[in-house]
Amino acid sequence: MSIAITTQIICFTVLTLVILVGALGVVLLESIVYSAFLLGGVFMSVAGLYLLLNASFVAAAQVLVYVGAVNVLIIFAIMLVNKKEDLKPINDINSRRIISTTICLTLLSLLIRVDLTNTWSLANPKNSIGEESTIRIGEHLFSDYLLPFELASVLLLMAMIGAIVLARRDVMTKDISTGLPVDQELIEKSSEPLLTNKN
Amino acid sequence: MEYGLDLEYSFNEFIKGFGLSSEIAHIIWLPLPMLLVLVAAVVGVLVTVWLERKISAAAQQRIGPEYAGALGVLQPIADGLKLLVKEDIIPAKADGILFTAGPILVLVPVILSWLIVPFGQNLLISNVGIGIFLWIALSSIQPIGLLMSGYASNNKYSLLGGLRAAAQSISYEIPLALSVLAIVLMTNSLSTVDIVNQQSGAGILSWNIWRQPVGFIVFWICALAECERLPFDLPEAEEELVAGYQTEYAGMKFALFYLGSYINLILSALLVSILYLGGWGFPVPIDLIAKFLNLPINAPFIQVFTASIGIVMTVLKAYLLVFIAILLRWTTPRVRIDQLLDLGWKFLLPISLANLLITAGLKLAFPQFFGG
Repeated sequence: MSIAITTQIICFTVLTLVILVGALGVVLLESIVYSAFLLGGVFMSVAGLYLLLNASFVAAAQVLVYVGAVNVLIIFAIMLVNKKEDLKPINDINSRRIISTTICLTLLSLLIRVDLTNTWSLANPKNSIGEESTIRIGEHLFSDYLLPFELASVLLLMAMIGAIVLARRDVMTKDISTGLPVDQELIEKSSEPLLTNKN
Repeated sequence: MEYGLDLEYSFNEFIKGFGLSSEIAHIIWLPLPMLLVLVAAVVGVLVTVWLERKISAAAQQRIGPEYAGALGVLQPIADGLKLLVKEDIIPAKADGILFTAGPILVLVPVILSWLIVPFGQNLLISNVGIGIFLWIALSSIQPIGLLMSGYASNNKYSLLGGLRAAAQSISYEIPLALSVLAIVLMTNSLSTVDIVNQQSGAGILSWNIWRQPVGFIVFWICALAECERLPFDLPEAEEELVAGYQTEYAGMKFALFYLGSYINLILSALLVSILYLGGWGFPVPIDLIAKFLNLPINAPFIQVFTASIGIVMTVLKAYLLVFIAILLRWTTPRVRIDQLLDLGWKFLLPISLANLLITAGLKLAFPQFFGG
């Protein structure tokens, strides 16, 4: 066995273990902050798998989009609303756990069945395009995948406009949660009076 | 354009001379450039710290360090040793694991990005095809480390500093990437070596700064903001936040932040010189000089000379930019957080988008000047 293949097997084993353990940690850990950071680790390991598959552009895009944008935003949101309070115990927690485990296991068995029954067309490693892949991805995006590409940009535009509408108070006259009229002058002002009248 | 020294090939031939296989030679070769670049980065930090102390002293009409070595050149080493032997403290109510992982996550992506910094045609660790995109992707990991250390310190100033750092980093990454995209559009390649070669046609006249003046300024502002240098050092604004996310850190963990920020500064300066100032190129093309002096371009001594000139030029350009960054730090006031975000989102983002559009148009109109 050559050194290159050994390295590849070691890398693959480590990455797979990190993905599996990390993903289980994301779901099972009590602390939401730990879950969020572990999610970043899982995304990084997936990028590592892409690298092993010679898809360096996809790997870098994975890091940029999932780790650098999605995960940072998740952590950001958690930290902005992070109130250290004990969650209320849920009554029928055990039955819920059983139901969700069953659903997950069913999905997993479905995926395994797809994996086993499908005949995968394996690309010949000697025909690997490697560094050419960036050019090839660009060609596909502007020819046969043009419609999904453009639809994705329309979706992003809609999300952006939605975010701006939500962030700007002067678009709406009423506060959504309380129903009180919005004070247009002071953005920082609390929506409820700070000092209650002492009668 | 494949000319210049190929050290890897010569080294492999040298090792094979001892009767070892080429695979073993490759394995022995692999760590060498990495170690070299790591050492270069750390020495670069020492030089920058010394420059920072001396230039800040000059800006404030002081003398600066002068007892440690001639002109105080050993002062940064003394600083480093002091940090090394300091007690490593983890605050009692901090989150130990995240507190330790934070500084590492900040430093590692910065050092990994040195992978793509070329000092000559073959003088870089790896000429990966995604080149400059790798740097953009890696630099987006840093905010996670900052948020992590800010959260784990269990201190309100740290948390605020971490949040500010992440917000700043996300905001300025977009104009940064867009101005890099304009360069990539002209080069038709993401590789840093190709980007430098595309500028090497006519010496100083063909540098990208003349074709991308707006992109150059946008990139430089964004790079300073990404490095958290003054006027954009809000995450560690000492008057408001004590020291931001670094407040609770001491000893070697603090040194990791310190090292990371300076390595990042040098890296940004190097990348500005690669993207806009012709990288390792001499202001007058070496080929022309060799032709003028009737010297054979492929002779070994010319090759060594060209490679040395290349390294000197890259480092010189980078340190010129570091000098400007240090002068800016000691002569400008800090911006407010709303001014910072206004500048990023309402000014730099539209400007860099327009720059990209104009570059694309010019590329179609004048393919011979803007890379067909």
